[in-house]
Amino acid sequence: MSVSIQTADFDLSAEVAALRSADPGVGAVATFVGCVRDRNDGSGVSAMELEHYPGMTEKSIESMISAARRRFDIRAVRVIHRVGLLQPQDQIVLVAVASSHRGSAFRACEFLMDYLKTQAPFWKKESTPEGSRWVDARVSDDEAMARWQQGEPDPATEPDR
Amino acid sequence: MNVQVRYFASIREVLGAGESIEVPAGATIGELRDRLIASSAAHATALSRERSLRSALNQLLCDESEPVGADAEVAFFPPVTGG
Repeated sequence: MSVSIQTADFDLSAEVAALRSADPGVGAVATFVGCVRDRNDGSGVSAMELEHYPGMTEKSIESMISAARRRFDIRAVRVIHRVGLLQPQDQIVLVAVASSHRGSAFRACEFLMDYLKTQAPFWKKESTPEGSRWVDARVSDDEAMARWQQGEPDPATEPDR
Repeated sequence: MNVQVRYFASIREVLGAGESIEVPAGATIGELRDRLIASSAAHATALSRERSLRSALNQLLCDESEPVGADAEVAFFPPVTGG
C-alpha cells in the first residue's frame, strides 16, 4: 500500500528497502522525514496531537501521488503520515520516492511534501506552557505549492539528472 | 435534501463532530454554510465569514459554489496543517 495513515512509528530504512525491492531499475531514492520540534512560534512544545479526516486523508494523498506520477518520471512512492499523540523528536511523516535518476526523485519528493502541507486534511494541536493551541497554516507553505503551479522545465526537453 | 455535515479541529471543538441538516435541492456549499451560521450563535462564530475555512464535498476539497447533492457528506475545517 503506497499510503499509510497510522499511529505507529515507522522505520525509514525498512521502508526504503521495501520500495527498492524487486526493482533493479531504481537508481535513486529520495526521502523526507518530518519530525516534531520542541519549539514553535515562540513557545516550547511538550506534545502534539494530530487529527485527520479518515477517508479523505488517504484519497487526497493518493491523488497527490497520481499527480506526481504524471509530472515526474518516478517508479514508486511511499507515504506514511502518523496521527494521534506525538512527542518532540517523534517522526511525523515519511515521503519516499524511487526513480531511475536523482532529479525526478528529489523534485517529486519536494512536490509531494509541498502538496501534502497545503491539501492533506490533517490538523495539529500543540501543548505549550501557555496551554493547548491549534497550529496555524503557514503562508510560506501556500507559496511553496504555488511555485509548482508556475511550470517547470519540460521533461521532454530537459535531460533528467 | 438531507446532508451530513462534518467538522474538524477547532470547529469540531465548538460544534461537535457533525450534524445532519435539510437543505433545498440545488443548494450550494456556501448556502449550506449560511444556513448553519444562522442556526445558532455558536455556529455563527465557528463558521463566521471572517474565518478562513475550507470545505470538502464527498471527501474532495471544493469551492463554496459547488452544488450539494442529496445524501452528500460536506465538511468544514480550518486550513490544513499536516506534514
